[in-house]
Amino acid sequence: MVKIEEKKETGYLLITLIGEIDASNSLELDQTIARALKSGEQHIVVDGSRLEYISSAGLGVFMSYIEDMKAQNVKFVLFGLSDKVYSVFRILGLDELLMIKADKSEALEV
Amino acid sequence: MRLTLLLAVLSWIAMVLVDLALVFGEQNDMVIGVPQEASRFLLILYFISLFYYFNQRIKRFEDLDFINLLWKVFATGLVTTIIAFVIKMVLASISTSRLGQDAVWVNLLYHINIGLVSIYLISTFVVWKELILYQRSTQLIKRWNLFEYALLIGMFLVFFVEPYSSEFIISLTFLFLFGLFQSVNLKWVPYLNFKQKWQAVLLVLLASVYLYFFFDSLIDYSKAYPLINDLLDNAFILALFSFIFLYSVFSLLVILFNLPTSSVFEQKLVEALNFQRLSQSIQAGQSEEQVYDILIDSSMSAVYADAGWLEIYSSGDDCEFQICKSLSKEEASKTRKVLTSVKSMGNLLQKHELPTKKEHVGATLRDSSFKSVLIFPIQVNKSHIGNLVLLKEVKDGFNKEMINIVSTFVSQASISVENYELLSEALVNERYKEELKIAKRVQRALLPDQLHHNDSFEIVAFSEAADEVGGDYYETYNISDDKYALILGDVSGKGTSAAFNMSQMKGVFHSLSPLKLDVKDFLKYANQALGSCLEKHSFITVAYFIIDTAKQEMEFGRAGQCPSLFYEKKTERAFYFDTKGMALGMVRNEHYEQYIHVNKQRYEAGDVLVLYTDGIIEARNSQKEEFGMDRLAAVLQEHAEKSAEEIKDKLMEAVYTFCEGTHVDDDYSLVIVKFI
Repeated sequence: MVKIEEKKETGYLLITLIGEIDASNSLELDQTIARALKSGEQHIVVDGSRLEYISSAGLGVFMSYIEDMKAQNVKFVLFGLSDKVYSVFRILGLDELLMIKADKSEALEV
Repeated sequence: MRLTLLLAVLSWIAMVLVDLALVFGEQNDMVIGVPQEASRFLLILYFISLFYYFNQRIKRFEDLDFINLLWKVFATGLVTTIIAFVIKMVLASISTSRLGQDAVWVNLLYHINIGLVSIYLISTFVVWKELILYQRSTQLIKRWNLFEYALLIGMFLVFFVEPYSSEFIISLTFLFLFGLFQSVNLKWVPYLNFKQKWQAVLLVLLASVYLYFFFDSLIDYSKAYPLINDLLDNAFILALFSFIFLYSVFSLLVILFNLPTSSVFEQKLVEALNFQRLSQSIQAGQSEEQVYDILIDSSMSAVYADAGWLEIYSSGDDCEFQICKSLSKEEASKTRKVLTSVKSMGNLLQKHELPTKKEHVGATLRDSSFKSVLIFPIQVNKSHIGNLVLLKEVKDGFNKEMINIVSTFVSQASISVENYELLSEALVNERYKEELKIAKRVQRALLPDQLHHNDSFEIVAFSEAADEVGGDYYETYNISDDKYALILGDVSGKGTSAAFNMSQMKGVFHSLSPLKLDVKDFLKYANQALGSCLEKHSFITVAYFIIDTAKQEMEFGRAGQCPSLFYEKKTERAFYFDTKGMALGMVRNEHYEQYIHVNKQRYEAGDVLVLYTDGIIEARNSQKEEFGMDRLAAVLQEHAEKSAEEIKDKLMEAVYTFCEGTHVDDDYSLVIVKFI
């Protein structure tokens, strides 16, 4: 079960992920990011502090937008990941492709 | 049955002989040593055995309908009357001759007549009994049995009562009233259809004609000749005559009065049958269309509709005329336009998302050749799938009963369609399951049975999929005498899509392995190949090892796969290779190369290498706690001295014990290499 909250702040879009993302609900995450990119967001900040688990299908969603973001020059930053969730990003090598910051202020600085 | 017939025939013959002897004795003033009682007794025996004979015979015709039963009466009557008529003619032609005056001769012919009359009366009596007892109830059967006993007593009256004495008349009246009382049971009549009722009238009339003929000829005989055994003196025979006559009259009257309403009864029967057809249609393996067909046919006949159609929504609010009866599609759509202009009907005809409580709408129309209309929405699985529209040319053409019966038809049809859909869904699911089973078999075959190795190491592997098919993959390749490639992969996601990508991975491994590439080039080309064929959000993590048994060294790359576990015998420690690396398909261009990290590790005999997929370390127990890397390492350290096979068993045992009772919802695989 995942709950995805979107909040438009000045200068950036805050997406908060709450719960667990797996194959069954990764589509929801996909749609959220696709929508954000389509609306022309330039700075997307993802709050992962309440994300308890993410499966390979969920990680695939992040991966699939890396090229698009690069092309559109979108800043996409994750922050607040728990050690466990972060290690999943790291094992896959996604930490080298995505900006992952410790907290929100760092995420906003980029 | 044959016995009773034989008994009847024998008792009749005996009676004839006794009576003729008596007559002969009287004529010649001889004393015959047989009392008259003997002949009366034989007559009773004859009646009873005839009764039993016909009673048993009719059981053989139990499934005959009423008309056929009446036909039996007619046929028996025909045969008996013809014979009786011939006898009468013979007697009349010789009446003036000496032979015609001979009492023995006359009595012989009269006794044949007795036999025939008895056969006709008793066989008809048995048929009437069958008709009266058509709808059996305990009370009815009790009353009937009483009647039969009364008749039995009537047979024996000849011994005690003088014919036509007052006792005789009283008994006869009693039997007559009893018969009258029985004759009101005419429940079989409504079950005849119109045509059958006319046939019944004819047959009952004929039966009455025979009855009259017999009665009349008995009177003639009685008047004209001195008879030793006059049937008209027999209370039983008189009672039978009266009962059969009464029942015939009653039947005739009731049938005639039932004639005008028989169509209603027929209609109800048809409705009941239609209802049965509707509820059985699915079992017969029919399709929805056939159910609709039966629905509109039976509804139209139930309400005597002049026209009607059944529409099913195809998509959105558009509807398709599935079946149009007695009007063309053009006329139907014209009429439908008229209907939708009336608000109450327009609302009902429109597809509604929520189930409506309104079962039907009836209305009177002005601008159409049809003056009254009845609409029933058809709802299957709580969704409105279409409408049944019935039209009549007369005003106020539908009454409450009609509406009730059609709404029962509609709901029964809905249930049938629902059942049909459930059944076909179940069949489709069954087929998918079957296909998945095949996929599972095919996929199992993609994993190797034999893993390449030489004497310097043992290797075992284990893989289990969460669904029917999974995305884990392992394989080995013998590069040269002392060089072996080993791969363990995990496709992102699970289930069927993962299984397809897994087979692509296998294809890539098989194409690249013979090229004897080093680790870096293998990962580079594999990424290149997979990058062009994986879907956008899919990737594959692999651990790729080249084991060189000559140098006792392994070269490996970790492409997003979980860090491999290694047990070092020298230090008796198990640890993970903490190396960097990126999954295949993550970066689908030449930049991938920069994320490849190749590492080397020397090994000694007794060391153990464990490759695993994340399903192992992410296996959770009921407290949602993960098995984790630490537990895996600890179990390996504990059992590292054992053989590869045993280590695998111990590791899996540990995982299963840990998450006991909880369902594993990821694919998990293990490859154990034990160096010797």
